[in-house]
Amino acid sequence: MGKTITEKIFDAHRIDELSGGVSVLKIDAVFCHEITTPVAINDLIARNKDRVFDPAKIKVVIDHVTPSKDTKTAIQAKTLRDWARRNNIKNFFDVGDNGVCHAIFPEKGFTRPGYTIIMGDSHTCTHGAFGAFAAGVGTTDLEVGILKGICTFKKPETIKFNITGNLREGVYAKDIILHIIGKIGVNGATNKIMEFTGQVIDSMSMESRMTLCNMAIEAGGTSGVCCPDMTTVEYLWEHIKDEYKSKEEALLEYKKWISDNDAKYDSIIDIDVSDLEPMVTFGFKPDEVKPVSEMAGTPVDQIYIGSCTNGRIEDLRIAASILKGKKISKNVRGIVSPATPKIFKTAMDEGIINTFIEAGFCVTNPTCGACLGMSNGVLAPGETCASTTNRNFNGRMGQGGTVHLMSPATAAATSIAGVIVNSEIFKGNK
Amino acid sequence: MKNFDGKVLFLNRSDINTDEIIPAKYLTESTKEDLKPYLLEDLKLDTFNPKRDLHNINAIVTRENFGCGSSREHAPWALEVNGIDLVIAVDFARIFRQNMYNCGMMAVELPGSTIDMLFKKFSGRETFLKTDFENHKFTFTSGTISETVDFKINDFDKELVKAGGWVDFADLRY
Repeated sequence: MGKTITEKIFDAHRIDELSGGVSVLKIDAVFCHEITTPVAINDLIARNKDRVFDPAKIKVVIDHVTPSKDTKTAIQAKTLRDWARRNNIKNFFDVGDNGVCHAIFPEKGFTRPGYTIIMGDSHTCTHGAFGAFAAGVGTTDLEVGILKGICTFKKPETIKFNITGNLREGVYAKDIILHIIGKIGVNGATNKIMEFTGQVIDSMSMESRMTLCNMAIEAGGTSGVCCPDMTTVEYLWEHIKDEYKSKEEALLEYKKWISDNDAKYDSIIDIDVSDLEPMVTFGFKPDEVKPVSEMAGTPVDQIYIGSCTNGRIEDLRIAASILKGKKISKNVRGIVSPATPKIFKTAMDEGIINTFIEAGFCVTNPTCGACLGMSNGVLAPGETCASTTNRNFNGRMGQGGTVHLMSPATAAATSIAGVIVNSEIFKGNK
Repeated sequence: MKNFDGKVLFLNRSDINTDEIIPAKYLTESTKEDLKPYLLEDLKLDTFNPKRDLHNINAIVTRENFGCGSSREHAPWALEVNGIDLVIAVDFARIFRQNMYNCGMMAVELPGSTIDMLFKKFSGRETFLKTDFENHKFTFTSGTISETVDFKINDFDKELVKAGGWVDFADLRY
């Protein structure tokens, strides 16, 4: 019988099997940031185990609160910085060349097809877009990952999402994933892999695939995954060109991971996106989703464009195309956070940053920023934000605040109108 | 081993997420003890008041998908420093459940019908729980009412509870 991509990756990395169907996997990359890692570092020091399994396989960034805002966050950053230096970890990204972990690590070529990746961050599922098994873990699993390069997982079953049809103009990966989460619920994929396939995925950019996989955790999924193809190779090429004679050779190597035609799935869900409208959340759970048209006219106080979901260059280009020559409503404040320095620079070179500033947006440095109300862009009680992020939980962006999740296009259009509205790109009918 | 006996708090809601258990703004605290005052501060549940209802609690009984959202192990830690080492629910988000056992705590699934029964009989009353870890039984008592229910725990999770967590176990074995 055939295997899914995740089964193949598990089989290639399993070093032990424990009771209860638990596999111990060898980990190819352990990603770290300054919120969940310092506690692991301090615990390793207390246990007299301040060492790392392989400094080349550990990638570190300060991204949640950067530059540090107070003494506590400065200590978190320093703990991470000192640890990276002490343990000879070369891939450490500090103020000036740091960005949102799930944007900067793929950009640096650290995410490869067939890899196993863990990080103390639930949105690690993003990296599944490259055909990796990538899962968020807690601090203890991270600590053992740092120390031993291993992690335990129950072998997850896979739900296959076969995405077909033709997306209407103005409808994006964000709308698809919000629609899927609305359909299966916030625990619809708990302990499962969400494998995204079909013609819509085949023609998607890596950025869009990352947006899709990023929100697998919002349906409870252990990870999202897309099988690697030429789009994956093209994205990675600058980092892998010395390893392969040609792109075709790289693709042939990566193809060994892709799911077999006769692989067994927990379930297969077919979704035709031809009639899909731009989507938005309305409550305090990411499965509380409606078409934007049904929420039109809802006033907002703040717009946030950024995050590991939608802070990449493709997202900024779409938003800027809508904002060009326009001003945001006097009733709202707009914040945009390009997710990495490279994205920031590209956006400057293309005039996108200029467009945002002329429209009235505040442009911040690359950071997780407003998404989780830890550094900037915090809402006051009773305020509402139209946001391209991934969580609308109660208090997520500040106590008493409300978040409406949406695509960058919808967020840009909403910033101009001051109320939730569809972008002019979306024409409503086919 | 940690303590799995004591007073029970009933939280009648599904999908309680880790942002509600411990908001992100407290993730800059450097010790587990510092998280203590903020447990369940943002919980959206009309009948619940963290200042009033968390006193002397040792276990939580709740509905579905407890601990969804962020991977923050600060959620189990915030429970732990408040004396709560056991959560019983219909099911859990994967990362939260793993974090509990990795800390030597327990996240135990019971069937929806059993959880319904527990809410019906005990919710709103002062209820105490006794855990028979070896024989996999919980006994809930409130005044003269008492119910004993069986629970399941796999061997690996049991080893983690006995060992007090995953770090030493892994370092010795691999």
